[in-house]
Parts: sequence; structure tokens; C-alpha cells
Amino acid sequence: MDLRLSATVPATAEEREAVDGVLGPPESRWDGGQRTAADAHVAFGGHAARSRRHLLIPVLHAVQERVGWISPGALDYACERLTVPPAEAYGVASFYAMFRTTPSPRTVVHVCDDVACRANGAEALCEQMSKRFGDTPEGAEAARPGSANGSSANGSSANGSSANGTGVISGVTWQRSPCLGQCDRGSAALLQRAGTDRPRIALAPADPDRIRQALTDGLQPMPEPLVPGAGAAIRSDDNKDGAGGPPAPGGSAAPAPRLLARIGTVDPASLASYRAVGGYEMLRRALALGPQGVLREVRDAKLLGRGGAAFPTAVKWEAVAGNPVRPHYVVCNADESEPGTFKDRVLMEHDPYALVEALTIMGYACGAEQGYIYIRGEYPVAEARLAHAIAEARARGFLGDAVAGGGFSFDIEIRRGAGAYIAGEETALINSLEGKRAEPRNKPPFPATHGLFGKPTAVNNVETLLSVLEILRIGGPAYARIGTENSSGTRLWCLCGHVAAPGLYEHEFGATLREVIDTAGGVRDGRPLRAVLLGGAAGAFVGPDGLDMPLTFEAARAAGVTLGSGVVLVLDDTADVPELLRRITQFFRDESCGQCVPCRVGTVRQEELFARLARGEPRGDVATELKLFDDIVSVTRDASICGLGQTAASAVASAAKLGLIPGAAES
Amino acid sequence: MTAVFIDTPKRLVDVEIDGVAVRVPEGATLLDACRAQGVDTPTLCYLENLTPVNVCRVCVVEVEGSRTLVPACSRKAEPGMKVRTDSERVRTSRKMVLEFLASSADLSLASADVQRWIRSYGADPSRYGDPAPDHEAGARDAARPGEHEATSGSEAETVKQPVKYDNDSYVRDYSRCILCYKCVEACGEDAQNTFAIALAGRGFDARISTEFDVGLPDSACVYCGNCIGVCPTDALMPASEYHMRQNGTWDESRQTVTTTVCPYCGVGCNLDLHVQDNTIVKVTSPLESDVGHGHLCVKGRFGFEFVQNRATEE
Repeated sequence: MDLRLSATVPATAEEREAVDGVLGPPESRWDGGQRTAADAHVAFGGHAARSRRHLLIPVLHAVQERVGWISPGALDYACERLTVPPAEAYGVASFYAMFRTTPSPRTVVHVCDDVACRANGAEALCEQMSKRFGDTPEGAEAARPGSANGSSANGSSANGSSANGTGVISGVTWQRSPCLGQCDRGSAALLQRAGTDRPRIALAPADPDRIRQALTDGLQPMPEPLVPGAGAAIRSDDNKDGAGGPPAPGGSAAPAPRLLARIGTVDPASLASYRAVGGYEMLRRALALGPQGVLREVRDAKLLGRGGAAFPTAVKWEAVAGNPVRPHYVVCNADESEPGTFKDRVLMEHDPYALVEALTIMGYACGAEQGYIYIRGEYPVAEARLAHAIAEARARGFLGDAVAGGGFSFDIEIRRGAGAYIAGEETALINSLEGKRAEPRNKPPFPATHGLFGKPTAVNNVETLLSVLEILRIGGPAYARIGTENSSGTRLWCLCGHVAAPGLYEHEFGATLREVIDTAGGVRDGRPLRAVLLGGAAGAFVGPDGLDMPLTFEAARAAGVTLGSGVVLVLDDTADVPELLRRITQFFRDESCGQCVPCRVGTVRQEELFARLARGEPRGDVATELKLFDDIVSVTRDASICGLGQTAASAVASAAKLGLIPGAAES
Repeated sequence: MTAVFIDTPKRLVDVEIDGVAVRVPEGATLLDACRAQGVDTPTLCYLENLTPVNVCRVCVVEVEGSRTLVPACSRKAEPGMKVRTDSERVRTSRKMVLEFLASSADLSLASADVQRWIRSYGADPSRYGDPAPDHEAGARDAARPGEHEATSGSEAETVKQPVKYDNDSYVRDYSRCILCYKCVEACGEDAQNTFAIALAGRGFDARISTEFDVGLPDSACVYCGNCIGVCPTDALMPASEYHMRQNGTWDESRQTVTTTVCPYCGVGCNLDLHVQDNTIVKVTSPLESDVGHGHLCVKGRFGFEFVQNRATEE
């Protein structure tokens, strides 16, 4: 393959600097540097030249954060450095919502208007945004290249004006966004601010004044209370044996949470603080048990994955650990993007060392020397805290060549997602780690045999990994006794929507939906409950008569619903259900990767259908529409490649079953 | 399918297709098994000379014990598998895939097989309403991931757009594109190793594109035309054929096909010369050719005009 580059304007010095910041300076003309006499006498290419492809997304992030878009010149330079064909690199850049491939204002405000924020006035916020920042996508300020817009000016905008000839436009634009994972804090926004030292800022609760302030005031860091206040209540359920840890804030009599034990009690920026409450003791215990011992504990604990698919963790780990092919990789899936989910963000922001320790243990058990944390790009605070935690752990010998002084070497790298729900699907995540479009792979083969770089790979969610720490603390059999026969342990529930005290709550499996909602104060303002969206956009609606369902995997399966990622989105009688359903269908259309026909076209047809129903203008009658919908449900569920397509219709289908679709109550 | 052993002999695997026992060599796919049984299995993104990408999902079958349907084209036969190719679930999924594609793209030039499948599975693209107006040139290429214009649902969204005609060799009519990935594979890893085109964008806005949608002359394209050779819907078409179709002179009933060997180099690729009125109108290469497996280079595929530079008689 010969690279043929097509940009008419070469990369600017700024863009080159951004790329080189990730890759280091080029060595020769062969990889984008200056031509030297020696270049004529060496050959450059093959696997070695292409082996850094996995750095494409970090490079694109660097360019995006520096200049606000991926210009043809910058893309060409990245391609030269990494020996990636420009068409492929463009395919990657144009896949992720946080990258822009057209000239763009340096500041982009993403305003969440997804299901949870809708309950907190997202529409009203969007209306205000229109008034303040111009009409929807690509606002008025964006349409004025280099405008003397003082209010959006800051230190860096002077060189971001029209003067540099690269098409960079200063100013602000805003756009609607899918769930930003701040559902416990009210309406949420994410600011992308290219060319500044804080290129991403999560803002919640968000309003135009706060956004304006964040854009003008030289950016005071967002207040991140060490102990979450009432707005972000983190509470725990009653806990029978009362082991370990002080009570969580806000919890009434709450003895001891397990997953949330350290939230709000340890300093997320201090390894010493983490160790003071028993941090890194579980790694020592793991090293004492040996890899087989750890696997046995996890197996005895009957731990099922908490990311949504509820796959037995031990099965995954054992398959990787026992595979003779080397190297092995372990990956933490922190790409939490299911609308209404924020549990992993809270864990990573407040207990980052625990994740680092747990992933280290996972690497030890699976025989891996390299771990990755793939974190969604919308979580700058969690990412910064994790990065700090990893650096400190490495400095103290908890990562590196001889972890904890033992004969085991392990290190962790953080990789940042770029705005794609589908990247949370484990094979799509692996493709994204490899620097590709986050398109899911067909299974089989499974990642346990053919994962990252084609090697055996185990991928687990953040909450799953933290559960492993608890398993080691109390022992696998003891953990299995918590909860119910087939659903062991505790689970985090993301309470959001029309609920009195939104937040993250930990309960043992077996608590009923009603108990979980009551712990959070019940429906806001004492209004009657209309429905609960359980498990997120890929989950299912549960009506008021389903509230006594115990929240266990088996009960959910029996009821034909899913616990998904632990979302409990409460909807009161004021909820505009048809509009909510339309938003869910919009979400899946936006987030489908487009690879397989059932999902690519099915999500469009589904959105069109629910748009007709929301307008009260069915084609034919509602019954005809529901017949068509049945067919769409069948093909997306049965024939899609991955879980996104397979569940794209489940929430809306469950709404139809509950009679939440107007004019279709009889179905 | 006849099993031809050229390497070490392969073990045989017993599977059951629609209740009939079938024995296939280890490594064979369910599609191989179905075809060995003479079971008509629709395929769109599958081609013998390309790596299966299993994206169109029209070949799905039901495998006992599997929660979802599985793509026959890429799923390897495993001992004891019980496969159903004509269950209600399979028929519904195949019908819907064909219906989705026919309602969003122009399949009028797809093969007779495709037309037959659309009829036999009862696909009815009109269920989604009238198609929305065609996109303006470049509009789909400018779509941003994760965003789209709100739909009223009164019209069915399509991929229809003007033809891209930016070079003398071939045209790209993406109104016909069903995103089967074949052209990308042929351009890249599976044949030409040029990587001039790739998937860009996401979801329904995903499209085949050069970097930043630059024209083919500015891209890495070498005009081998292997993308044309694998396209199942004629979205990619030689300019010679495109012109004749535009002029209404293209008539396959008056064409003959002559298989010959490419005169240019010593590789010896097989050529199929499509001749109408004693004039070569298109060159293809047979898939089953051992030499090029249906792939050619720019000379073989487009370098035929010299044959027709006849001296004009007095």
C-alpha cells in the first residue's frame, strides 16, 4: 500500500505539534518528517510502520482539542505518521460525534436532551440556548466567522479567528446531545473548547448562564465536592452483616455499602487515603491466592457482568486465562453511555484507585501484562482522576514491572472514546482501541479467543470490576450468599427522572423496584407514577403494577424485561410518553453504527413510525402501524449483528405492550 | 458444493439442514452447506472471492440453541448443528432486510436473483410510504455522526442522490448503494490493497467515501475497477455502460460474452468481453478464474478501446 495524500493545504504547525505530542517527533521523511540523505537508503513500511494504527484516535483527539476540527492537512499528517490510508482515517474521524471533519467553531456546547434530562427541563434549556447562542445546530455565532464576539473570547480565541487561513472559526456553537451521564445532577452539558488548557468541561446542572460563565470566566474548575451533596445523593441500602466502611452520606440508618463504601470517604486524588481504608489489600490477597485462586473466588461468587449483558465473569476470565495464545489483554469498559446511566462515572470520579486495583487483579488472574481503560470522552473529570491514580500507582510500584514487589508485571493505559454509544459493545470497543471505526464484530469468534489485536481479551464493566474487590474481601462463597440464588451480590441503581432524590443507590439483589424507588424518596412531589424505564434506552418500561418485581436477573427475565445497566428512570403522570418514545427511537438511529441492514435501516423506519404516532398521524391506522412495528422488532432483534440492534426496539415494544402508545391501548 | 482437497484432507462435519443430514468439510460455512443441499439462500454482501463481512443479514438462518439468527455466509458449520432455513423467523428477517433495502435504495439494476427474492419473500417497500425527495449532491457526505434532521415520518428516508461522475472510467451512483462493503474490501485488503475508499459516517448516514469526499482523481484510486466487479446493485458502473444506458442503447439481449486472456502482461487474467454490435462495451472477469479470481487491473478492465480504433474505410 502506498499512501496517497490528497490535502491541498498541508497541516499547520499547530496541527503537527498536536500530532507529534502524541507520537513524538517523526524520525524521517518516511513518517512525515524532514527528508534526510539517509532516507534514500532505508525502506520503511510493513507491519512495523502500521503497528501504531491504534494511536489514530488519540491523535485525532489531540488535533480536535487543539484546533477544533480534523482538517484534511492534519488528517494527512496523521496518516503519514501512522501509515494509515487517508480514506480509512477519514472513516474513523467521521464515525465519532466528538470529532468534526468540517471547519468548526472552537467551542462546541453539547446539551443533553435525552430521556433523563427531559425530566429536568432539557427542552426548556434547549430553548434558552437557542435564544442565547443562536438557533439549533451551528448557531448564529458560528455563522459569523471571526466575529468580534467578546463574550466567547478568551485567551486563545485571538489566534482562533479567521486569520490563520485553515478555516478555523472562533465562536460558539451548540448542539443537542445524547445522555452525558450526569443524570443525577439535573440538566447536563459538555463543553468542547479547542485550543484551551481545559478542552472538555462537563457542566451539570447546566443553564445558559453557567455555560456563558464557563466560557468567559477563564473557567473556574467545576465544583467537585469530595462528599457529594444532596443533589448527587449517593446512598446505600441496609446491609445485613454491616461489614466495613463508614455510612454513606445521606443514607438513613444505612450500615455499610459495599461498592459505594469509599465514595465520599476517600480522597480520590490520594493513594495514601485509599490505602488508609484498606486499599491495595485485595491485590495482596490476590497475589497470595494466585491466579487460579482469584478465578475460583470469582467463580464461587457467581458474579454476573454489570454492564448490561449479565454474562458470568468467571467464564470470561477462565477462557482468557487458559488460552495458550499470548499476550493476553484485559480491558475495562468505562464507555458507559446507556441513557440514564451514571454509576461508572461516580465510581471512577470518587474511587479511581479501586478501579486501578481491580483491573490489576483482573490482569493478574487472566495472565495479562497490559490493561486498558476505555472511558467515554464525556467524562473529563473521571478520566483526569484515573490518570492521576494510575500515575501514582505506577510511582508507588503498584503498576509496572514488578507489581507490589511480586513477580508479575502489569500496566494500564487509558483510552478515550469520542462520542459513540456503540463503542460500549465489547467488540466495537476493541475495534475502537485498535484505532478503527467502532463497528461490532460478528461473534463467534469471541474476544476471549480473538480480541484486542486478535489476542485473547477479557472485557469487563467498571462496576463488575469493583465487585471483584468485594468478592476478594469477603470471599467468593460469602459473596454468593448476598442477594438471591441466581443473582449474587449488590447492584448499583441509577435513580433518575421524576424521583425525589436522584442518585446512585446500592442494594442487594432481591430488593423490589418499589423499595429501590422508595429509598430515593419515591416519585418527585408525591405525584402518581406513570411508568419506570428500567435498564435504559435498551431496557424496558415497567408499569405501576410491576413495582413489586424483585430486581434480580431471573425475575427480570421472567417478566420479559432487563436490568440492563441499572437505570431506574422514574416517570410521573406528567411525562410525555409518546415524545419520550420518539426520543428513544432517535437515539438508536443516531447511535447505530450503520454496519448491518436490520439496525441501519430498521432504526430509521422505527423512528419514522414513532414520529407518525407521536403526531397522531398513523399511516393507515394504529393497528397497521403496530403490525409493521412487529416486523421491525423481529428483524432488528433476530438479525442484527450486536446488542444495539437487537435491543433497539425493546423499550418501545415494551411501551406498546403496556398500552403507553395512544390509540393502541387494546394491543 | 463439491469438495476439492488440495491441501491436507479435511475432516468432515455432520450438520442438519432443514432436517436433512449434510456432510461438509471442516471449515465450510453454513452457506456452503445450504448450497451443497441445493437450498436457495439469498446473499448480497457475500462473494466467493471476498472475506465474508456478514453485514447484509439476508442469508440469516436459525441454528438450534442460538438466541438470534446467524449469518450463514460466515458461520462455520459445527458438528451436530441443526439449521432451519425456512422458519417463520428466517422468512420474516429476510423479507424485512429486502424490504428495508428496497425502500431506501434503488435495486432496479440488482441481479435477477435479487428481484426474485424480493418477490418470493413478499417484501413490500411501499409499507413505509412514499420515498422522501432525493438528497442534494454532497448532502449525505456532509452528514455528521450522531445527528440528523428530525423526521415527520410521513415519507421514507432514502439514500438517493445525484450520480458521482468525476473520471472517465466509471461512475458511482450511490442511490443504488446498499453498503455491502464489497467495494471497500476489493479496493483494500481482499484484492487491490489501494484503500482509496472506506466507510465514512455512521448509522443511516454511513456511506462509501474517499477522504473528505474528494473526487476519485484526487484520491488513491488506481482505476482497477475491482469495486465495479463486486458491486451487487450496479451502483458502480463503467462509464461505457453508463453512457449507453443514458442514451438508451444498452441492450443485454443483443450482447455476447467472449472469454479470453488479457493481452497486456504475463499474468494471464481471464477476461469476459461483453460485445454489442461488434463493439466491446464492458470487460469483466469470471469469478471462478484461477488466475485473478475475478479481479483485474486498469489495463484489463478499461484498456480495450484500442481494439475498436479501426481504420476508417475509404
